[in-house]
Amino acid sequence: MLHTVNKSPFERNTLESCLRHAKKGSAVLLIEDGVYGALKGTTVSGKVSEAMKSVTVYALQPDIEARGVQNRVLDGIKLVDYGGFVDLVTEHNATQSWL
Amino acid sequence: MKFGILVNEGPYTHEASDTAYQFTKAALEKGHEIVRVFFYHDGVNNGTRLTTPPQDERNIVKRWGELADQHKLDMVVCVAAAQRRGIVDTDEAKRHGKDADNIAPGFHISGLGQLIDAGIKADRLVVFGD
Amino acid sequence: MTDEMMEEGGAPGGVVKKFLYVNRKAPYGTIYALESLEVVLISAAFEQDVSLAFLDDGVYQIVKGQDTKSVGVKNFSPTYRALEGYDVEKLYVEKESLEARGLTEEDLIVPVQVISTEEIADLMESHDVILSF
Repeated sequence: MLHTVNKSPFERNTLESCLRHAKKGSAVLLIEDGVYGALKGTTVSGKVSEAMKSVTVYALQPDIEARGVQNRVLDGIKLVDYGGFVDLVTEHNATQSWL
Repeated sequence: MKFGILVNEGPYTHEASDTAYQFTKAALEKGHEIVRVFFYHDGVNNGTRLTTPPQDERNIVKRWGELADQHKLDMVVCVAAAQRRGIVDTDEAKRHGKDADNIAPGFHISGLGQLIDAGIKADRLVVFGD
Repeated sequence: MTDEMMEEGGAPGGVVKKFLYVNRKAPYGTIYALESLEVVLISAAFEQDVSLAFLDDGVYQIVKGQDTKSVGVKNFSPTYRALEGYDVEKLYVEKESLEARGLTEEDLIVPVQVISTEEIADLMESHDVILSF
């Protein structure tokens, strides 16, 4: 299944809660302020890298670019545009939005 | 594939309505069908025609209306949530003795049942909110 | 709300889907819990297979002893006890979320099934429509 996260991990527990519930093989898409969870060199980078051993992590490129963090994205995170977001929704049986 | 879209935040304060719009537009461009866009919670504020943002800014309400017009989208504003927040159409205004209505073109007011109905009819329901 | 339920209802085309309502927000600080409950009540009229999951701050929605008189807001917690009358009987609460908040099943106003994080994840995987507010 697909999980979306739209909160900064430095402000809310949303990403952490999502990663605890994302089963092996599922997809996590970081959107809006959630893209701050996709960056390297932060206090949550380790947790996200660890999660990437069992789930695929995506980030919405337009939100990454809008925030000026395009050069800081963790290796292994896949960037998608809105069309890619649509494809992820179609490829998974259901979407849980972690708001 | 058939999509249902739920928008739970109003325009401008939160990015949710922008993301929902870009997602809906991208889904239509890929040839998918949008069963319904349902506006709930503060999301009902996307449906007031009194919105007048500065000229050089995106007009979120108008933009939704144009997308609805181009693709014959069914855009529903939840009646219960709308009444709490002062979004009314002609019928609602008359029924509650208000001196004006403010629903924007392309939107219409209906019950929460329309959200459940979208969940039943769509292959995928995607929630945008805060 | 009552008017709507009289106007609508019944499963369109006899389709029954599995709806999961994910409640992660505390009551009163924001309106999400109350308006989410209104959707649950409506969906019961559509004869769908409805389950509710309470996790993170969502567990605070169903703690006993809510008294809203002084804040001047309606106390909607008794409505969770009325859900049974709408055939909404599957209420799941995450054990880890209760424990993190120093709560136990005895602190809740309604009978629930307390399940693990793993089981909540399985619940999400097994539903057709997930509504999170």
